[in-house]
Amino acid sequence: MMKILAIDTSNEACSAALLVNQAVDQQFEIAPRRHGELILVMMQRLLEQAGLELRDLDALAFGCGPGSFTGVRISTSVIQGAAFGAELPVVPISTLAAIAQGQFRREGHRRLLAALDARMDEVYWGCYEVGEDNLVELCRAEEVCPPERVEPPPGPGWQGVGPGWGIHGDVLANRIGSALEGANPNGVCESRDIALLAAAELAAGRWVPAEQAIPVYLRDQVTRVAKA
Amino acid sequence: MRVLGIETSCDETGVAIYDDRAGLLAHAVYSQVEIHAEYGGVVPELASRDHVRKTLPLIRQVLEDAGLARASIDGVAFTAGPGLIGALLVGSALGRSLAWAWKVPAIGVHHMEGHLLAPLIETPAPEFPFVALLVSGGHTQLVDVIGIGRYRILGESLDDAAGEAFDKTAKILGLPYPGGPELARLAESGDPKRFRFPRPMTDRPGLDFSFSGLKTFTLNTLNKELAVSEDSQRTKADIARAFEEAVVDTLVIKCRRALRETGRRRLILAGGVSANRRLRERMDAAIAAEGGETYYPRPMFCTDNGAMIAFAGCQRLLAGQTEPLAFHPRARWPMGELPPV
Repeated sequence: MMKILAIDTSNEACSAALLVNQAVDQQFEIAPRRHGELILVMMQRLLEQAGLELRDLDALAFGCGPGSFTGVRISTSVIQGAAFGAELPVVPISTLAAIAQGQFRREGHRRLLAALDARMDEVYWGCYEVGEDNLVELCRAEEVCPPERVEPPPGPGWQGVGPGWGIHGDVLANRIGSALEGANPNGVCESRDIALLAAAELAAGRWVPAEQAIPVYLRDQVTRVAKA
Repeated sequence: MRVLGIETSCDETGVAIYDDRAGLLAHAVYSQVEIHAEYGGVVPELASRDHVRKTLPLIRQVLEDAGLARASIDGVAFTAGPGLIGALLVGSALGRSLAWAWKVPAIGVHHMEGHLLAPLIETPAPEFPFVALLVSGGHTQLVDVIGIGRYRILGESLDDAAGEAFDKTAKILGLPYPGGPELARLAESGDPKRFRFPRPMTDRPGLDFSFSGLKTFTLNTLNKELAVSEDSQRTKADIARAFEEAVVDTLVIKCRRALRETGRRRLILAGGVSANRRLRERMDAAIAAEGGETYYPRPMFCTDNGAMIAFAGCQRLLAGQTEPLAFHPRARWPMGELPPV
C-alpha cells in the first residue's frame, strides 16, 4: 500500500494531496501570498483525516517548478524540512507535467502542451504525451522562451493547457497552427496530479534525499545588474 | 531546552544549536559573499537560491558536530524578519516544517533581537538592564534594553546605516565588495591627522545618527586631493582613516550620551560593525572612563549567525511563546512590536 503526501505552492494556488493506493484526498485553495499560512495546515489536516502520522508515509512529493521563484522555494523548503524531520524520501515533480496530467484526468486528452506565464514576455513550456500507464511523459526538454519561439510538437492532435494559454494564447496558437485542437487556460497545477506521478516515480526507484530536493527554475538568468 | 536556530535573512546561512543548560553546542555559517561580490551588492534572488541549497546541509552538519540525534531537539527557531523576504521565507518554511515533523514547538525570531541578545551567549554575560548599540550594514540603533522583549529605541540612523556608509565609502575609494572591512584595513596605514571629517549630529542633543553626508564629504575630499596628490594610495589611506575616525568618534559620543541619559552602566555592541577593532578600543576606553562596562559577542557572532537566533528563540520558547502551524516572515518588523518575556 503506497502512501504519498504531495504539495504545490508554485503559483497562486496552494494545495496538498494525500494518496493512499489509488485514492487521493486533496485540499486546494486559490490563495495568492497565503501559502505560508495554509500549506502546513493542509498537510496536517489530510494526515489527521486519514489517521496517519507523517512518518507512516512512503514518500513526500512536491511541485519543483517551474513557477513563481518564491512559490517554488516555499514548497521546496517545506518538503525539505518535513522529509528531513521524518526521514522520508522525496519525489520532485514538474509543475508542467502535473498541469498536463490534470488535463488528461479531466478531459482524457493524450497529447498535451503545458504553458505557464514566465513574465518578461516568456513562457515556461512543456510537451507531454500520455503513455499506456495513463501517465504523462515528457517529449522533449522543458524550456523558457518567448511564446512565438516555442518548439512546435511533432504530429497533429495537441491540446494546450495551463495559465500560459490565457496570457499568450493567440501567439501560441499561431505558433502551433493546425496541430492544435484546443486550449484550456484554466488548468492549473494540483497536488493530486503530483501525487499520482510521484507514485510511479517512487515505484521506479526515482527519488532523492531531502537535501537534494531543490527547485527547477528553468530561468537561470535572474539579474540584469551589470557585473562589476 | 535544546533549540535549533536558523538564520537566512540576507546573504549568510547560519545554523546553530543552543542548550539553556549546556550553552552553545554547535554552530556553522556559510557566507554567500563571493556570489554577490561580482555584482557589488546582495542580489536578493541569488541569495534565496543559495539559501535553499545550503540550509539543510548546514542543519545536518551542526547536528553531527554536536553529536546529537535529531530526536533530541526540543524546539526550532528561525529568523522571521526583518530582512530580504525571499531569503526569510526559505529559513522560515524549512524551520517551521521541520518543527512540525519533529513535533516540537517553533518560534519566529526578530533578527535584530538576535543581534541584541548575542552578547548574552558569552561569559561573562551582561545583566539587564543595559544599553545596546546595534551597528550593521542595515541598522544603526541605540536601544535601552530592560529585559527580553522590553526595548526602547533611543535613537537610530536617519539615513545610511553605519555599515552601509562604510561599504559605500569603500566603493568610492575603489575597494572591492564588501568594502567595510577592506576600508578598515586600509585605514590602518592612514595618517589620522591629515584630514578631519565632520562628526554628524554630535553638536546637538539627541541620539539619532546620520552617515550619508560622510560619503559625500569623502567623495569631495578625494576629488580635490587626487587633483593635486602625487601619492594617490597614501591619500586614499589617509581618507579611509579620517572616515573611520569620524564614524567611530560619532558612535562613541552617542553611546556615552545614551548611558548618561538612561543612567545605565552597561553597554553592549552588536552587529557587523561592532567587529571593528578601532571602534572596540575607543569605546572600551570611553565607557571605562565613565565607570561603565562594555560587552561584545565574539567577532563571529557580530555578523549574521544561527547562534543568536537559537539563543533568542530559546528564551522565548522557555517563556512559552510559540508559532501556530504557519509561517509569515516580514521584510519590515519594528522591534517595538515584540512581546515582552
